[in-house]
Amino acid sequence: MANDLMFEKPLVELQKKIEELRSFSEQSGLDFSEEIRKLEEKADSLASHLYDDLSPWQRTQMARHSERPTTLDYIKGMCTDFLELHGDRAFGDDQAIVAGIAKLDGIPVTIMGHQKGRDTKENIARRWGMAQPEGYRKTLRLMKQAEKFRRPVICFIDTSGAYPGIASEERGIGEAIARNLLEMAALKTPIICVVTGEGGSGGALALGIGDRVYMLENSIYGVISPEGAAALLWKDSGQAQRAADTMKISADHIHSFGVVDGVIKEPEGGAHKDNEATIANVRETIVTALRELLEIPTDVLVEQRYQKFKNMGHYANG
Amino acid sequence: MLKDLFHKKKQRYATLTSQDVAERLGRTRTAPVEVSVPEGLMTKCKHCGEATFTKELEKNLKVCPNCGYHYTVNAMERILMTLDEGRFFEYDADMTAMDPLGFPEYPAKLEREMKKSGLKEAVVTGEGTIGGFPVVLGVMDSTFFMGSLGSVAGEKITRAIERAIAKRYPLILFTASGGARMQEGIYSLMQMAKTSAALAKLHEEGILYIAVNTYPTTGGVTASFAMLGDLNIAEPGALIGFAGRRIIEQTIRQKLPDDFQTAEFLLKNGMLDMVVPRKDMKQTLATVLELHGGGARGE
Repeated sequence: MANDLMFEKPLVELQKKIEELRSFSEQSGLDFSEEIRKLEEKADSLASHLYDDLSPWQRTQMARHSERPTTLDYIKGMCTDFLELHGDRAFGDDQAIVAGIAKLDGIPVTIMGHQKGRDTKENIARRWGMAQPEGYRKTLRLMKQAEKFRRPVICFIDTSGAYPGIASEERGIGEAIARNLLEMAALKTPIICVVTGEGGSGGALALGIGDRVYMLENSIYGVISPEGAAALLWKDSGQAQRAADTMKISADHIHSFGVVDGVIKEPEGGAHKDNEATIANVRETIVTALRELLEIPTDVLVEQRYQKFKNMGHYANG
Repeated sequence: MLKDLFHKKKQRYATLTSQDVAERLGRTRTAPVEVSVPEGLMTKCKHCGEATFTKELEKNLKVCPNCGYHYTVNAMERILMTLDEGRFFEYDADMTAMDPLGFPEYPAKLEREMKKSGLKEAVVTGEGTIGGFPVVLGVMDSTFFMGSLGSVAGEKITRAIERAIAKRYPLILFTASGGARMQEGIYSLMQMAKTSAALAKLHEEGILYIAVNTYPTTGGVTASFAMLGDLNIAEPGALIGFAGRRIIEQTIRQKLPDDFQTAEFLLKNGMLDMVVPRKDMKQTLATVLELHGGGARGE
């Protein structure tokens, strides 16, 4: 299969062998059921061995898998009546981020996220989900609109970072991210965020100030990409694998640091092996959180959000 | 004068001399403080090449008298040239970094940085007065770990913001940072969230915040408190940007213009209110404070 990752090769080859044996058995009429059963057992044990203890680098590869569900897959898979809304009202419409209004479990929500493409053409149009200032300003406009109507906000995070280009800097990418952080921290409506794939640096954080923040099991969240860290630390971006370990970017680490509120299970082998099941898991987590958050008075909610982020950090003699 | 109309009750301060400030910041006034200005009688400007008497350069607030090049100054020098008579009461002076990721060689590097800079962390916060107006002041220092933003800087700045709210004093932050403290991983990223959240409260309370961007203000600091002032000011020629020059050049495969990510470039693009030469900075800040009746909205 084209969507398999390098480290899955032994398992894929075993599964291929089982398939071959099965079809040979059918064609020849010979009974290989015992052999097939044994091989299947072996495949099961290999799979649990492979997937139960993924390294941070393996998870990074899964987080970046081109067939993982994208923001639009999540929105369309879990919501009804989705209306995509466009533009920042100042410069343009950045397709690296999609946003709109929809109903989730009967509740109107403002829903948005970084959008990667399925093929090269779409990825060029969407800049591989790397947003420019107008993308973040679109999300801010729609968050303020959500606040006006006390509509909850749901953000999907999946970007390697904000787009590093001349236009980004000219139009103030730093200011655009900063403004989102400030406004989200004080937004008078519930915010739920899910890191679905790559949570890369400030470009990810700009959609990440929530009352609840979750990560998918094989997503990553970091201050810098493993490649970037490797280039800075060892002057060699080829050491990304080592950097992924050192930087502690996988969901289990980030959760143990208290930076996210929960980790959402993925199907065995990763989200891309069963998009529907993944989307169902994410939906369940969001809907449960949403029902809880809607019970909390707004001023309490905003103060709790502040305290949550205020407590993040480690220092001595303070 | 306007100032007299809004005159506040005289604040009591521990009055510190320059020497005291220096000691508080963990070094003496005579210690070599700036790598860009080597000790010696003359200093050669790295911009125009003109040699200037080092003493004269110091007197000129470390600005080249020939071409106006602004040398970087450390936190102590900045405090001395900004606050009235060097009176400064420091907050959280002893706070130091931990190693939450168990990052290879981080504790040893911290120690080296402390020794090299004479500082405990990349930001010094406290209070004093400017033109008689009390302010909460934070000054980042790029001589410590490139001014990188870690848990300590994030916490000190957040506490400074909370104190500004509690005392209803305006806030001034001089930024100088190479970006996130990579060695603290996700905690470093979260300092952007934390400081911005505190600034949201400050703005809500009607308290003035002036961000002064100095060389270099980059990465996570640019994408948080450096850009969130009621007024965003910068020193001439300061490097200010989010993404690094090399990363952008690699991404777009073209060479960037020389003035890219300078204070002047940001001013032209509408990201700054003013570019203010160092010699005018204190007076400009005092005027802004005066125009805001001291810097906090009347209750």
